[in-house]
Amino acid sequence: MFFSFMEELRSAGISASLKEHLALLAALDADVIDQSPEEFYYLARATLVKDEALLDRFDQVFGKVFKGIFTEYGQNPVDVPADWLKAIAEKYLSPEEMAKIEKMGSWDELMETLKKRLEEQEKRHQGGNKWVGTGGTSPYGNSGYHPEGVRIGGESKHKRAVKVWDKREFQNLDNTKELGTRNIKIAMRRLRRFARDGAVEELDIDATINGTARQGWLDIKMRPERRNAIKVLLMLDVGGSMDPFIKLCEELFSAATSEFKNLEFFYFHNCPYEGVWKDNKRRFSERTQMWDLLHKFPHDYKVVMVGDASMSPYEITHPGGSVEHFNEESGAVWMNRITSTYPATVWLNPVPEKQWGYSQSTKIIKELVNDRMYPLTLEGLDDAMRELSRKHGH
Amino acid sequence: MRFEGTDNYVATDDLKVAVNAATKLRRPLLVKGEPGTGKTVLAQEIATALGAPLIEWNIKSTTKAHQGLYEYDAVARLRDSQLGDERVHDIKNYIKKGKLWEAFTAPQLPVLLIDEIDKADIEFPNDLLQELDRMEFFVYETQETIKAVERPIVIITSNNEKELPDAFLRRCFFHYIKFPDRTTMQAIIDVHFPGIQKMLVSKAMDIFYEVRDVPGLKKKPSTSELLDWLKLLLHEDMPLDVLQSRDPTKAIPPLHGALLKNEQDIMLFERLAFMARRPTS
Repeated sequence: MFFSFMEELRSAGISASLKEHLALLAALDADVIDQSPEEFYYLARATLVKDEALLDRFDQVFGKVFKGIFTEYGQNPVDVPADWLKAIAEKYLSPEEMAKIEKMGSWDELMETLKKRLEEQEKRHQGGNKWVGTGGTSPYGNSGYHPEGVRIGGESKHKRAVKVWDKREFQNLDNTKELGTRNIKIAMRRLRRFARDGAVEELDIDATINGTARQGWLDIKMRPERRNAIKVLLMLDVGGSMDPFIKLCEELFSAATSEFKNLEFFYFHNCPYEGVWKDNKRRFSERTQMWDLLHKFPHDYKVVMVGDASMSPYEITHPGGSVEHFNEESGAVWMNRITSTYPATVWLNPVPEKQWGYSQSTKIIKELVNDRMYPLTLEGLDDAMRELSRKHGH
Repeated sequence: MRFEGTDNYVATDDLKVAVNAATKLRRPLLVKGEPGTGKTVLAQEIATALGAPLIEWNIKSTTKAHQGLYEYDAVARLRDSQLGDERVHDIKNYIKKGKLWEAFTAPQLPVLLIDEIDKADIEFPNDLLQELDRMEFFVYETQETIKAVERPIVIITSNNEKELPDAFLRRCFFHYIKFPDRTTMQAIIDVHFPGIQKMLVSKAMDIFYEVRDVPGLKKKPSTSELLDWLKLLLHEDMPLDVLQSRDPTKAIPPLHGALLKNEQDIMLFERLAFMARRPTS
């Protein structure tokens, strides 16, 4: 039984190991739990799943493997208190309906029927998370019948073991792992290059001990603090087709600004030309000449360009192709200048990789950055950072 | 020795099982969950419930694993050697015990809380694997092995800022504190504010869950924020009808500062209020 459970778990992608299996057995052996299926479920969950995103999958596997084994449990006839039934009836039936029901038979008789109905529901109800609404013709309520707050199942003493995992409360935790800023930061950590430079302000213990031993008197040695010395130039495409990706870019940007001390950023539209800008509100008045940029920042800067690369191919290949102004030199020329000035250049594309092939301009840009275009996903970001941290000859 | 929750802490059934398994088998319990759902408090409550002392090790981004074991204060020894202090001859005088050492050698079985383990460097959990597994470590300076007299109860919390290594996870029990449903929330409020007006709580909870359900919030308010807000409402003696007669054009709840911690979120609510004011023709 347990072995098939483990197998099912593993095939569902929950990598429970022998160690955890043994821990579960040890816990069972040590009588950690009462002998109830529910407690067993909780224990198994605490032992075998270590990621909240997998909890829902665990619930499903648990339900599948142990289905039919616990059915004996909780099958005691349901004893529904009379005043409870009354309360339900009063809550959900209008006075007119009540009157109609009175016509059907005596109150006791009616209650008996309602009681049976509820029992049937309890039995029929094999899982899922809500109680049925008796619909249509039944005198016991109309389609709006929904005993919320009455809690016939759930927390009462009749609770069914199966329900806890069949509720699948962790459903929305599964697959919701977005590319949060934290994850982006982790990926960007790959780019960390620690170097000691700047003012000497940290006590170097090893050198001090060494010096003291050699000299015979206390010889304090100081050294500069370790800092992340990586320098990044971030260029972001704004406007137009990039609008759907604003949130993603926002996150990338905020992660980048906090992760890198030496970060410079500029905006462009669709394809970089002779001018870029830092403030989107003053994009036409306050531009930085691309030539200035190429001269100002040394070659060891890592360039990260973010854009969907979706545009008319002319915007890249032809002078005057820009949609915003007349560019004397084509975008491709400028792209080449960037990649030759900065050997470490990557392009991050928020469009899913599968769709790149359908866009002519994406293919051209990809070629222009020497194939170093990566999707803006965690994995893509990771690959991009790995590529950037390679040694680039100039 | 069973953990059943305490007077100030409402523990759900699954949490009790996880805690009991961890205390019985003396394996670390890893607790995750949204911020403000009571992860750190849990360790304190377990300690209270079991009558055990609590040793807290708060992790920061600069914390190194060996700091939890011990630190050798070379600078102090160097200084003492210059001053001709007698203590200099015994290296033991310069070894400072870390929290793990403290927990291993405590006279009474302690609860050790390693708080926010994900704050530290990615390698941090890996560096503690053996120590937490075997509950022993070796001190190079004095050539002695420190071994736990009795395996301490270890509670580790994480905010999911970094993924933890598999090898580390395999050695832990895991519990994810999910956001409490209404019934649990009611129980939590009863524990914190005994004798609070039922109507006020129910109205406040309506508003609270409504706020949580607004799509696009950057930071959803959590349990601790609800408790703060209730405290404020009580303190300000907010009349019940302010909560009750909420006009749809005023989407922002009273004293919202306790619930919304982000100017974008407040803007979002203002926008919603603005939209509600517009005639729907």
